[in-house]
Amino acid sequence: MLNIKNLKVSINNKEILKGVNLDINAGEVHAIMGPNGTGKSTLASVIAGRNVFEVTSGEVLYKGKDLLHLSPEERACEGIFLGFQYPVEIPGVSITNFMRTAVNEQRKYRGLDPLPASEFLAMMEDRKKLVEIQSKLTNRSVNEGFSGGEKKKNEIFQMAMLEPTLAILDETDSGLDIDALRIVANGVNKLRRKDNAFIVITHYQRLLEYIVPDVVHVLYDGKIVKTGGKELALELEEKGYEWIKNGL
Amino acid sequence: MTKESNNILEKVTQNEYKWGFYTDIQMETAPRGLSEDIIRFISAKKNEPEWLLEFRLQAYKHWLTLTEPTWAHIHHPPIDYQSIIYYAAPKKKEQNAGFEEVDPELVATFNKLGISLEEQKRLTGMAVDAVIDSVSVKTTFSDTLAKLGIVFCSFSEAVQKHPDLVKQHLGTVVPTNDNFFAALNSAVFTDGSFCYIPKGVRCPVELSTYFRINAANTGQFERTLIVADEGAYVSYMEGCTAPMRDENQLHAAIVEIITMKDAEVKYSTVQNWYPGNKKGEGGIYNFVTKRGICKGNNSKISWTQVETGSAITWKYPSVVLMGDNSIGEFYSVAVTNNYQQADTGTKMIHLGKNTKSTIISKGISAGHSNNSYRGLVKMTKRAENSRNFSQCDSLLLGSKCGAHTYPYIKTENKSSVVEHEATTSKISDDQLFYCNQRGISTESAIGLIVNGYAKEVLNKLPMEFAVEAQKLLSISLEGSVG
Repeated sequence: MLNIKNLKVSINNKEILKGVNLDINAGEVHAIMGPNGTGKSTLASVIAGRNVFEVTSGEVLYKGKDLLHLSPEERACEGIFLGFQYPVEIPGVSITNFMRTAVNEQRKYRGLDPLPASEFLAMMEDRKKLVEIQSKLTNRSVNEGFSGGEKKKNEIFQMAMLEPTLAILDETDSGLDIDALRIVANGVNKLRRKDNAFIVITHYQRLLEYIVPDVVHVLYDGKIVKTGGKELALELEEKGYEWIKNGL
Repeated sequence: MTKESNNILEKVTQNEYKWGFYTDIQMETAPRGLSEDIIRFISAKKNEPEWLLEFRLQAYKHWLTLTEPTWAHIHHPPIDYQSIIYYAAPKKKEQNAGFEEVDPELVATFNKLGISLEEQKRLTGMAVDAVIDSVSVKTTFSDTLAKLGIVFCSFSEAVQKHPDLVKQHLGTVVPTNDNFFAALNSAVFTDGSFCYIPKGVRCPVELSTYFRINAANTGQFERTLIVADEGAYVSYMEGCTAPMRDENQLHAAIVEIITMKDAEVKYSTVQNWYPGNKKGEGGIYNFVTKRGICKGNNSKISWTQVETGSAITWKYPSVVLMGDNSIGEFYSVAVTNNYQQADTGTKMIHLGKNTKSTIISKGISAGHSNNSYRGLVKMTKRAENSRNFSQCDSLLLGSKCGAHTYPYIKTENKSSVVEHEATTSKISDDQLFYCNQRGISTESAIGLIVNGYAKEVLNKLPMEFAVEAQKLLSISLEGSVG
């Protein structure tokens, strides 16, 4: 589904990603771990199409298409979703209105008519249950005055609404208490299918107890330095990142 | 913002004006220029009583002594008042048996603008007065309303049929010597709408006037007078568009509102005059005086405006709170794009005790435009225990536009409270990227964010207007993101 070859990325002439290789197949959950400032969020942003980064070499193929030539909204419509680490506030725009716009723009891209209001609202109700969010929340402006937990739940809710093929969750577990973490993880697990894939970016093993990955990668200094099964996460937790640094 | 999103903003806000067509109809016009003769010509054309001609001539004499105001934050080449045509009217078709037929071309024009003049089609219940260039072409629903004692007709008709009502109230809120443009309007106004709601009557339908400038080189000077007698209520809406032309056209209107004891008038405008092209050529110069007076105790006047059009907007819908416990409200969204200039706001003059006013102003600037809020809140000595709350927000799209706020506050008593809040914000790259990542194009994202920003005001509009206004906001900013 996603094939990244020798991806090098800079910002303000500073190289952040120094040759990343990554292959993800449908039905898989990949975890990307690593200490702060090693390029995890940069990788997520580049896949989603944030234009502040400069791709200096390499390629990213998504379902065989050259992803780097698509606009962020085209990538979204092609089924790529990014769960933001720091979701931004949009005052005055209700979640309902925001989602209706997003769902219908994505449908338009795929040549479908807008979803009738009744169907859309039924879908909202269904997906709200999935992430156990209160009905009132969707009447509020996007992320405005939300607690950390509410913001992250809102990201998972949006993911459930948009049904992406490839979802990237950028430190969705940061700032969550254990209950919220369980809810978020349950939401993700319920959305796992044979035809979609997830990239879960995290510092900690904790989240991976709930979302069990197929593959774990360690990103360090702009490169994937280690790849293994779910046990790699445990080993990492036990030995700490010093273990990786010393191993290089 | 990054350069790229600037470019997108520019593209998004540079959309074509969709109401810019011109209808080819036979017109009857006065010669260019302004003089006593022209005023007599207009008055004679309209078969006016002597007192109204006197009113005009007095205004004209005063106007000659005035010069254009220069205090507003706007710039334009001098206006040549002698090159303007002050009277233009569609020629009437042959009349049959006293029944006035509207030219089918005109009906088609208004249909194209989404205004139906066929009463039977108006099941939703809205009475319309359609004014093209200088003349009201058709008022719908007049007969139905007449049964309730409500007068809703063109200004000219009101002068003929209800001269006492007109004479009693005309110029009492905006006197002929009020300001340069008010004096000009008082001298040359050609038509407009008149509305009277009798004691204790709640007008069951929305009243609406639609103004259209069609002819070239003409000025539009309409006059609206709304009187709500004791305990009466009316919701009144006004819309306007004009063809696209390279030269600037002058629009100088007056709206006067009077509310007696316990009466309420809600006045909503969506102003969409042609704003000029991307280079700032053409467009309407909109110099308008709108004022209401809460004459009786416990009365209320509420202005809601969505300003998206005009090359220049100079407009301060105001309320004089004369009656005790009276309420004045001003809700405004003003969008400027390309080279548009808007200097708009309100005046709340508190004269009565326990009077209350609210001002919510949302400015949105894009392109190279300038958007100013100018407002006065005055608490006179007698206006004890009065309150005002003002909130003036500016949203900037891009880095070449300007937003300015000029709030004036004068309090002459110690028991009144005046609150003023102001914010300035920009649409951030983070917000746009967040929307993009959900599949929402930058253009739609701006529409969404701008409408969200203006929601407080849009919510005050009558339903059928709110939907229009929302669309209009997005369209006005298409090609403007910066």
